[in-house]
Amino acid sequence: MPTAPVLPQVLPKLVGQRVKRREDPRLIQGRATYVDDLKITGMQHIVFKRSDVAHGRIRSIDTSAAQAMEGVEAVFTGAQIAEFLGPMPIGTPFPSPPHHPVAVDVVRYVGDPVAVVVASDRYVAKDAADAIVVEYDVLPAVVDPELAMKGQPGVIHKDFPNNLAVALVPSGTGVDAAGNVDDSAIDKAFRSAEVVISQRMVNQRLAPNAMEPRGVVAHYEPGKGSMTIWSSTQNPHILRTFIAAMNGMGQDQVRAIAPEVGGGFGCKINIYAEEYVASAISKRLGIPMKWIEDRSEAFVATTHGRDIIGYVDLAAKRDGTVVGLKLRLIADIGAYNMLLTAAIPTLTMMMANATYNIPAIRTTLTEVFTNKTPTDAYRGAGRPEATYFVERAMDMLAHELHMDPAELRRKNFIQPNQFPFTTQVGAVYDSGDYEKALDKALKAADWKGLKEERDRAQAQGRLVGIGLAMYVEVCGIGPSSSLPTGGWEHAQVTIERDGRISATTGASPHGQGNETTFGQMLADQFGVPIEHVTILHGDTGIVKQGIGTFGSRSQAVGGAALHMAGGKVKSKMARFAAALLEAGEEDIVFENGRIGVKGAPASGKTFAEVAGFAYIPVPLPEGLEPGLSEEAFFEPSNNTYPFGCHISMVEVDRETGEPKLLKLVAVDDAGNLINPLIVEGQIHGGLAQGIGQAMIEEVVYSEDGQLMTGSLMDYALPRATDFPRFELHSTVTPTPVNPLGAKGVGEAGTLGSTPCIVAAVVDALSGFGVKHIDLMLRPEKLWRIIHGGRA
Amino acid sequence: MPQVSITVNGKTRKAQAEPRTLLVHFLREQLNLTGTHVGCDTSQCGACTVLVDGRSAKSCTIFAVQADGSEIVTIEGLAKNGDLHALQQGFWEEHGLQCGFCTPGMIMSAVDLLHDTPNPSEDQIRAGIAGNFCRCTGYQHIVNAIQHAAKKG
Repeated sequence: MPTAPVLPQVLPKLVGQRVKRREDPRLIQGRATYVDDLKITGMQHIVFKRSDVAHGRIRSIDTSAAQAMEGVEAVFTGAQIAEFLGPMPIGTPFPSPPHHPVAVDVVRYVGDPVAVVVASDRYVAKDAADAIVVEYDVLPAVVDPELAMKGQPGVIHKDFPNNLAVALVPSGTGVDAAGNVDDSAIDKAFRSAEVVISQRMVNQRLAPNAMEPRGVVAHYEPGKGSMTIWSSTQNPHILRTFIAAMNGMGQDQVRAIAPEVGGGFGCKINIYAEEYVASAISKRLGIPMKWIEDRSEAFVATTHGRDIIGYVDLAAKRDGTVVGLKLRLIADIGAYNMLLTAAIPTLTMMMANATYNIPAIRTTLTEVFTNKTPTDAYRGAGRPEATYFVERAMDMLAHELHMDPAELRRKNFIQPNQFPFTTQVGAVYDSGDYEKALDKALKAADWKGLKEERDRAQAQGRLVGIGLAMYVEVCGIGPSSSLPTGGWEHAQVTIERDGRISATTGASPHGQGNETTFGQMLADQFGVPIEHVTILHGDTGIVKQGIGTFGSRSQAVGGAALHMAGGKVKSKMARFAAALLEAGEEDIVFENGRIGVKGAPASGKTFAEVAGFAYIPVPLPEGLEPGLSEEAFFEPSNNTYPFGCHISMVEVDRETGEPKLLKLVAVDDAGNLINPLIVEGQIHGGLAQGIGQAMIEEVVYSEDGQLMTGSLMDYALPRATDFPRFELHSTVTPTPVNPLGAKGVGEAGTLGSTPCIVAAVVDALSGFGVKHIDLMLRPEKLWRIIHGGRA
Repeated sequence: MPQVSITVNGKTRKAQAEPRTLLVHFLREQLNLTGTHVGCDTSQCGACTVLVDGRSAKSCTIFAVQADGSEIVTIEGLAKNGDLHALQQGFWEEHGLQCGFCTPGMIMSAVDLLHDTPNPSEDQIRAGIAGNFCRCTGYQHIVNAIQHAAKKG
């Protein structure tokens, strides 16, 4: 018999509260299981031999010394792998050159795999990989995307002349759905302008650097004909789809598990060569395979982010009214198209409208192959780039017109009564109140006081500046017509026979705390303690369907699916309770661990008693099936558009050129919040990455395509000493596109922080005649501005 | 192959170790103490931080044979009789972690920090954990977590 839980008299409502995380006990005690913590009997270790040239034809591969080593099980060259594993698919409808998981004849970036070692031990496998000798006929390395577009100094894929992966996709005013272009409106807008700001800007390449590198364990069981694959992934269901297809298996025969995942930031969406290779070799040899990425390997083998050049032309009247925007984008996508690579820069086009009424916009996009690691999603994925280009141009316009940057923005905001607002680039903003966020930020930061402080510091010869940026991003992307993976999420809620609740979600967290936030929601929905709710995720053997966690979608799409599934099962449970209590279903109330009749709570039953009845229903109420388990797919009708305003103060050291962030105030509007503590953590993390982009992070390639920032000794990742204490505030503008009113918050911090810091540094150095400084703010670059030599 | 004898979390362990085996791999692979993580290969990230004879050390910079005869505490050995260490409690209370991968090393570094400086200023905390990377939190809640533990200490 199920026992009634001992409960407090009144359960507090948890949604909206700073509930501490249920994930943490295992994580703070070293008891969590990440991929590298898994061991399976007979498991062998994979190490990849990778290209050390950026572009070259493989002349020969000698694996004999490696094969002779004790403990080496097998060695495969790319050509041998190609006998049982085909080229990798992508997830977007763009044309794409063949991409073998292990290079067959030509290597196209430093780190391109050329051979695979399987050995009993990771040390042995590395020794063997080192013993493989590869000779290349080196080809010219294509490194500069603007030269690459002219086919210089060579062509990387023979069917893509001038290295054009995607050629000049136009969007905006005067461009119809078929791509026909009418320039009259945009030309008229620019003719009517009294001032035009034109600037080439670079949004530099970044390395995501989740603290847990990638890893995979693949276990094909020949007797069963089934595969289990554990991977450090953001989306096990998408992984399952691709692993099954590439191994000639059905989706029912593959189980994909994301165990504890140590951060993603977009780079663990893509399905990688290593996952395909480990699964295919496991299937071929019939033994479990493990591959764990080294950090230095991650710098070449895991997708990079950003790397877009923007040519911005912003047209306005002298009173500050913006009349038109042209944004010509050139995305350096590296050597290959990966899962979402080609789609990421299209989000930059989509968000070119920013927070403003801009009557005419024209964007164009060219995506270019170069001999570099491929790009794909990285936190923000296309939106920080758009924000950066437009906000920097707004600052330059404010400077040109001698206007306060806040007042210029205020003058051009889309107004609250204009929502839903269809932009010139085809987005339909759901809801917003940009002026409210701006005013809150100005007040919280004491913008007037900051200006006075800056002026005092400047008068003393200190190089202090302030900056401000607005942002709007697109999250929770749906419906399915706008996301190639499908734009829905799935959930199932089961009331167990003892009255406890288990729920599955297709969202697959890797730090987002969904076990807590989703637990809060179900606890409130059913009036039970959160301790009685278990949230299951990250395993296609348990979670029937799902998309995954990216694009700040967990709460807005996954949370909404959970809410719907919970509503379905609650409705059924109410019918069982109505039968038990001989009451009308509409009079049934769930609260404080009991289910009773409205106005007569003492008459009720415990939650567990009603659950027990549902599984042994004697008699079975008419029209009901036994049991309490319901599922839901939620597909939003539209995306959500969170927004906010970030303000910073920076001081540049006159002697060294080093910028120091003195203050960062962020106002973010993510709609309704489930757990403000977790939301703060998400914003802090986003700010840290946005500040990192502004101040210290950059992937650098040499002219011959060598990665100069190939380890954590060379690539600057922010440390605790790089940040002041962030000051967070929020406004709340719920979205109408999901039942929770939640918009999503995972990426927000990366959008406003980068441009507002660049603005502050430009402000600090305005005495030297500088109007724009390209990312990132390397001290040498600033020193040259201060000391007369241009960077 | 040399034999090493290392006391880990109060228990003496004897095992064979290749001279080149890193202490972190010895802990993880031989002793199955997988709470200590490997986040880089250049001793920058600090995810592998443990206490060696009472002081924090990056266990990827030490060979197992060098640790012969020493006393090591890993994250698994921090809680006593089921009671969380003040730092573990602090990280939980103050949301000092998200993905959790850097957390064991971060906590072990903080143990050493509070050992030397029981009431650190915010700047001292930030400097004290500058050898540990976290990509999720922006460090602010980690600072709060260490302050929380310092107050309890």
